[in-house]
Amino acid sequence: MGCTFQGCGMISKDEIKKVASLSRILLKEEIEEFTEQLDTILDYMNKLNELNTEDIDPVFHIVEFGNVFRNDEVKASLALDEALKNAPQKEGAFFKVPRIIK
Amino acid sequence: MLYRLTLTEILRMIKERKTNAKEVFFSLKKRIEEVEKYVNAYITVFDEEPEEKGLLNGVPIAIKDNICMKDKRTTCASRILENFIPPYDATVVERLKKSGASFIGKTNMDEFAMGSSCETSHFGPTKNPWNTNYIPGGSSGGSAAAVASGEAICALGSDTGGSIRQPAALCGVVGMKPTYGRVSRYGLVAFASSLDQIGPITRTVEDTALLLNIICGKDERDSTSADIPVPDFRKALNRDIRDVKIGVYEKGLEDCSKAVKENFKKAEDVFAGLGAELIPVDLPHLEYAVADYYIIAPAEASSNLARYDGVRYGFQQWRDDLMEMYRETRSSGFGNEVKRRILLGTYVLSSGYYDAYYLKAQKVRTLIKEDFDKAFDRVKAIILPTSPAEAFRLGERINDPLKMYLSDIFTIPANLAGLPAISVPMGLSEDCLPVGLQIVGRAFCEDEIISIAHAFERETCFYKKIPVFKEQI
Repeated sequence: MGCTFQGCGMISKDEIKKVASLSRILLKEEIEEFTEQLDTILDYMNKLNELNTEDIDPVFHIVEFGNVFRNDEVKASLALDEALKNAPQKEGAFFKVPRIIK
Repeated sequence: MLYRLTLTEILRMIKERKTNAKEVFFSLKKRIEEVEKYVNAYITVFDEEPEEKGLLNGVPIAIKDNICMKDKRTTCASRILENFIPPYDATVVERLKKSGASFIGKTNMDEFAMGSSCETSHFGPTKNPWNTNYIPGGSSGGSAAAVASGEAICALGSDTGGSIRQPAALCGVVGMKPTYGRVSRYGLVAFASSLDQIGPITRTVEDTALLLNIICGKDERDSTSADIPVPDFRKALNRDIRDVKIGVYEKGLEDCSKAVKENFKKAEDVFAGLGAELIPVDLPHLEYAVADYYIIAPAEASSNLARYDGVRYGFQQWRDDLMEMYRETRSSGFGNEVKRRILLGTYVLSSGYYDAYYLKAQKVRTLIKEDFDKAFDRVKAIILPTSPAEAFRLGERINDPLKMYLSDIFTIPANLAGLPAISVPMGLSEDCLPVGLQIVGRAFCEDEIISIAHAFERETCFYKKIPVFKEQI
């Protein structure tokens, strides 16, 4: 077996594994396919390097309105039972998670 | 056959007491019973009979399944939200309810709106009503196919890189993405927050104007919604477009299919015949839009989708170790396209790559916006095809993500620049597949593109063409 993929060299299988771990996603047999596909996509993105953007400001808000303020007032929010309604596991007034303090 | 009519026609008939909301509802339900098995436009179909009230008199509307409706399952076409029941209404749903709308169902889509073909849905693909061997476009493919097939009178979709306009074009209906900030995103499941916008999918431009009147406006629950007065968009209908300067992005046509090229030329003739002044415009950075978008959108998505941890809502794969639970939940809950985009987004934001990808992309976004600004010094609106080709076959591009991404080349720029854009039917290919004409306008000038789109529609009447339904094997 082994990897037969001869890509553009933009991204390696190890880098994909690292990114998957950062994203809390477990990759199994799809890792070969994903590496190849993401390699092709990242290679295509190199197209942006044709442009000199040294003196260009980045977009942070495409429609500028300045800051949006509101009064610091308490307003009605979700009732406890509504907030918990979709929780896969709950106990009393809490979301239930695995034990994290050993 | 009430299901074939436009929203405006139905409202007129209700007013004249020739029909009522219940009859419309049952006509749609019967149609759904007949053709849904071929189209698969819906994830959920509702049974509640409508009440006649308000401006919309109870006429049922279809809602894309990434828009929250209180006590109605909202799945985003994903396993991870398969059983999610929102405890609140999205602002657009609230506004529709206040205007007397009822609802017919929640429409199918690409998972988390990530796709251009409706094939990444956890609930199976939607098919194009014009030929069920073809994709309906995406990601609002269910909304567009429902309107085209007579399973809905009109619908809401969402558009991050063309997800309203492209399926509208490929299904032969009208679809509009308003200016970024025009419509509240509160209750829209977030994909790429600087690009997402909700908009209508309808049979006619007039129906689009009517729905826009209802859904637009400032909402304090979405701080990016604009505090700018909303005009009555119906006043933009029936305007004379003589001497209106319309820019034509001719370069875009080079790589288009024969059907798109030919119908676009005919569309130019229609505008010339209406007395509009057609002016070629250059948008030199448009060719970078796809690369730019597929850095920015996945980056924002990777951050937005971090919330799916299996703890507070959604699918959960319980494990005794928390980290393991996160990984198992997310790996089983998300489909492949969503995973690819999360990985891509995490990569371009990760330390050492941020400047090279994300920051670079936000700078190129400035260049794309400036291209439009320059063009709009000379013209009121710009026309270009909505999609470079008619619908492709199911399965044709699903294993080639980059090829799939490139089908968004003409719709992405309006999202990157935050501009309003509408797609209207502009004809059929030789194989009877629809193609769309796109009109992009200046920020908060939806009325101007509505005028142009309506003038084109009045002249061509393509909306009167509807798919003849037969089972295709």
